[in-house]
Amino acid sequence: MSYRELTWQGLWQNNPALVQLLGLCPLLAVSNTVTNALGLGLATLLVLVGSNITVSLVREWVPKEIRIPVFVMVIATFVTVIQLLMNAYVYGLYQALGIFIPLIVTNCVIIGRAEAYASKNPWHHAAYDGLMMGLGFLIVLVLLGGIREVIGNGTLFDGAELLLGDWATALRIELFAVDYPLLLAILPPGAFIAMGFIIALKNGIDRYLEQRASKPVKEVTRARVTSQG
Amino acid sequence: MTFKLAASPHAHQRRTTQQIMRWVYLALVPGVLTLMYFFGWGVLWQLALAIVTAWVAEAACMALRGRPISSAWRDHTALVTAVLLAISIPGMAPWWLIVIGTAFSIIVVKHVYGGVGQNIFNPAMAGYVLLLVSFPVQMTSWPLPQSLAQFDLSFWDTTVLIFSGYTPAGYSMEQLRMGVDGLTMATPLDSLRTALNHQLTISEALAQPIFSGLAGIGWQWINAAFLLGGLVLLKVRVISWHIPGGMLLGLLIPASIAWLFAPDQSVSPLMHLLSGATMLGAFFIATDPVTAATSNRGRLYFGLLIGFLVFVIRTWGGYPDAVAFAVLLANMTVPIIDKYSQPTAYGHASGGRGGQS
Repeated sequence: MSYRELTWQGLWQNNPALVQLLGLCPLLAVSNTVTNALGLGLATLLVLVGSNITVSLVREWVPKEIRIPVFVMVIATFVTVIQLLMNAYVYGLYQALGIFIPLIVTNCVIIGRAEAYASKNPWHHAAYDGLMMGLGFLIVLVLLGGIREVIGNGTLFDGAELLLGDWATALRIELFAVDYPLLLAILPPGAFIAMGFIIALKNGIDRYLEQRASKPVKEVTRARVTSQG
Repeated sequence: MTFKLAASPHAHQRRTTQQIMRWVYLALVPGVLTLMYFFGWGVLWQLALAIVTAWVAEAACMALRGRPISSAWRDHTALVTAVLLAISIPGMAPWWLIVIGTAFSIIVVKHVYGGVGQNIFNPAMAGYVLLLVSFPVQMTSWPLPQSLAQFDLSFWDTTVLIFSGYTPAGYSMEQLRMGVDGLTMATPLDSLRTALNHQLTISEALAQPIFSGLAGIGWQWINAAFLLGGLVLLKVRVISWHIPGGMLLGLLIPASIAWLFAPDQSVSPLMHLLSGATMLGAFFIATDPVTAATSNRGRLYFGLLIGFLVFVIRTWGGYPDAVAFAVLLANMTVPIIDKYSQPTAYGHASGGRGGQS
């Protein structure tokens, strides 16, 4: 698979959050602000790249029968590293994300990529795949965080200093002041509803592109009965 | 003389959706009038705001989906949703509350699922739950019944209060909710819950001024008025007795058991029936033909489940009233209820479960 193809797959065609619907638990739980979303997205991205490289490097020596435990051990190691790093350098965010940092171990995106791609491909492809999948996840996470923060709180980048240091307080944008926040957007149901709309939007764009691409063809030679596999 | 042979069915249901919905409005009139009598003019504004929002949202959705917009005016389902939501929320609530709730009901709960007849959840109650979860303070700020209130609010006062948050004299909702003794008063169910949480017995709790009569000032008459409207709907056969009967029974049985065993710690069955949204829920909300079960036996189960859930949530839940949550939870079980309550077709062996034939 070419790098171009990997980029397209990770960011759009096979986006882990919008198409594979993997890793929904952290996606829905911590996307209540942009800052939290960005923090968890970056952590997941780093773990994904690290575990993909490692799994790809050791793929010749891991027996098929015990590959899953090995993958989990690799992932858990990277998660522990990230967790300790976050504890040391971004303590405020570490506290805000709480249990969801260790829970990255159970994020299906990571083990899914290890199993489906990294264990069958050379390490540089695996690293790039991890990067693109992680970015795809990160973008959706931040988008969802942005939507929920704007609707629920009227702000963007609230608390960014937890992640980026003190200068980031200037990033905080107050779009409108709300006396009574729309709590639902901040609470879990808001995540599900917003996620549904994002997926619908993605499918709508796909359909629009498909229609536009197929428009010039007037003559239908055969009816396609199976989906494009 | 010739006999025309026509295929069955020979008896037609001639009512259209509009006619059914018109009966529902009509049956709501006594309830709305009673609400106005006890809680002031606010409910009229809520109704107006809800109806306008529902129309605009419905028309916008129809336009987006490429359907004729005029049907938003012609079939009245959006309006019934709006009306039910408007009478469920406190009359003096700020104007944006009902606008957000109605827009959510119509756009997300109804049209995202496919419009009239396709929605899984009762739109009015889903909108209510959105508001209750998001704005708990505004949604539980019921004004005092007029006979207990310190201030007499004119129509103009109410209007200014709804649109600006303060009356022309400068009182906020918080101040208006204080009785003559300066204490803020909640709705009867809310006060009872607070009292029980403070280890008071029911008889001590009932000593508060809001509880004169059977189930709290105002509420018993409001419930009686909705009951009257509901009986009219039963009489003209817009609804069948299964859902309201099931729901009231489902509430009455556990409430009676609890009351017989622990009369000092439980709300009396009569109070359960006549307070909060019990009657409105039983006759107008749970009977929504789209989201309820379809067979008569299924409707009975559906009603019983709602009644039981109302009792459970009122007794142990975190919110004072429960009809909205109970209806939504029961909506989710409708596919299962429908599957297992499918009537046996004539000529087939009885006891067959749905889906196996």
